Amino acid sequence: MEFREGIPGPRQFGPEPQPGSQLGHRAAFAALGETSFSNYVAATQPHLLPAARMFDAPRTGASHASPEALGVPHGTTIVALQFNEGVVIAGDRRATAGNVIAQRDIEKIFLTDSHSAVGIAGSAGIAIEMVRLYTVELEHYEKIEGVQMSLDGKANRLAGMVRGNLGAAMQGFVVVPLFAGYDVEEPDPAKAGRIVTYDPTGGRYDEWLGYHAVGSGSVFAKSSLKKLHRTTNDLTTTIRTAVEALYDAADDDTATGGPDLVRKIWPVVVSITGPEGAVRRSEDELAAVVEQIVADRAENPGG
Amino acid sequence: MTMPFYSSVDQLLRDRSELARKGISRGRSVVVMSFAGGVLFVAENHSSALNKVSEIYDRIGFAAVGRYNEFEGLRTAGIRLADSRGFSYDRRDVTSRWLANTYAQFIGAAFVEQQKPYEAEICLAEVGETQEHDQLYRITYDGSITDEPGYVVMGGSTEPISAKLKDVVDPAHDLAAALATALESLQVPGAAPGNGTSEARVLGESALEVAVLDRGRPGRAFRRITGPVLRGILPAANRGETADEPEVRGGDDVAAGSTE
Repeated sequence: MEFREGIPGPRQFGPEPQPGSQLGHRAAFAALGETSFSNYVAATQPHLLPAARMFDAPRTGASHASPEALGVPHGTTIVALQFNEGVVIAGDRRATAGNVIAQRDIEKIFLTDSHSAVGIAGSAGIAIEMVRLYTVELEHYEKIEGVQMSLDGKANRLAGMVRGNLGAAMQGFVVVPLFAGYDVEEPDPAKAGRIVTYDPTGGRYDEWLGYHAVGSGSVFAKSSLKKLHRTTNDLTTTIRTAVEALYDAADDDTATGGPDLVRKIWPVVVSITGPEGAVRRSEDELAAVVEQIVADRAENPGG
Repeated sequence: MTMPFYSSVDQLLRDRSELARKGISRGRSVVVMSFAGGVLFVAENHSSALNKVSEIYDRIGFAAVGRYNEFEGLRTAGIRLADSRGFSYDRRDVTSRWLANTYAQFIGAAFVEQQKPYEAEICLAEVGETQEHDQLYRITYDGSITDEPGYVVMGGSTEPISAKLKDVVDPAHDLAAALATALESLQVPGAAPGNGTSEARVLGESALEVAVLDRGRPGRAFRRITGPVLRGILPAANRGETADEPEVRGGDDVAAGSTE
């Protein structure tokens, strides 16, 4: 295909004989009709994609690349809860590398656009890069199309990115995101909050029962949520339930960090509702919630 | 032996300029101006779906006049370039100066190399921390780039609009006052597309596309002003319906190469 960028027209829609042959800024002008940022980056600057520079290291012998050998930090417990006005997603603040705490105040919940958020468990470095790309993907679509992607579109794009990481996942660098979003096209706020989970092959699973958790402490968090959470609850109660589930996860899972009253490190909690969109709850609000829970547990350690 | 057809470079470029200038001047106008609260975009646009004004990045907006399919390609390219740079560097490294230069390089190359130049003119605006850091770049069909202080008028009959705006513009205006001055200029006699009427017009809500880069808003500063919010800040005279405008044809309504 002859490259004639000055005359936008049908000839530019045809298949590219040599993908990647258009370099520099000209590629941006030639990629007509493409609304996906990750597709555009894959065609023009593939080295920027998280999955593309995955490990060509030998798979046998002394240089075997594994998360343990490399000391790669891991993120741990994320919970998401649907409630009567939307959805809440929360995560603890600990990252571990083997038996060492790699970071005490890592943030594993990310606002990805005005009405969605993603929590990440697994290899922190790859996961954070994936969420960064995903956030640009949503914003890029919104700017080019003039409207936001549908909620199911957002969930599917994330599934595609997790699938793209399968090669690395096979070597142990697993990333498992948890998606929470508010469907602005759903008239009933009690049904508009949505939770979507993924497996490392990119499988996408909608959670209709109102709560889910991922990460090493998720078993304990889910048991806690099963007993405490009701989808008819309001925002205040739901935030408390989310923090309590993280407390229970930290109680029994070494890789999940509990609230740190000494350093004033609280879980990250994001609420997503129709009128306010995705909002990170303030430090002061969480301090009050955490202090109340700790006081209650001092009386009854089982909660 | 046949002689190859010869035309001088000078003549070729003059022809292309004329084509582009004619195409752009047939369209409806856009005003971009810096005001106290940020940067205001006001476009005369009777379509609610095909935008002339758009968000590019956190602090950068885009306005264009001319042929829609051409400037739409420029707009999406700008978003791609900005997002790529922001992703591989940092969001702060995406600047309007860099992007305007890239546009100018590209449009300038197309003007020289291609048979048909872009029949489009664009304005790239960046809202600064303070008003003196606001930047407005105008890039014309031949890749010329100018850094305009205060305001830019593009498309249609720019002279009467610029002449009026120069008298009424005040950087200290708030949003409503800035919008009023922009409308006052767009409505001056002689500014109607195609120089059809010499009477002053009234542009109502349905004929306007209004957006701002809001200085006070963190992160993505661009926001469209539509519906009740727009009605609330329009001057009283503009709150009614737009008068019918028979025979008004914008630059994008006529076929390429048309001589009408």
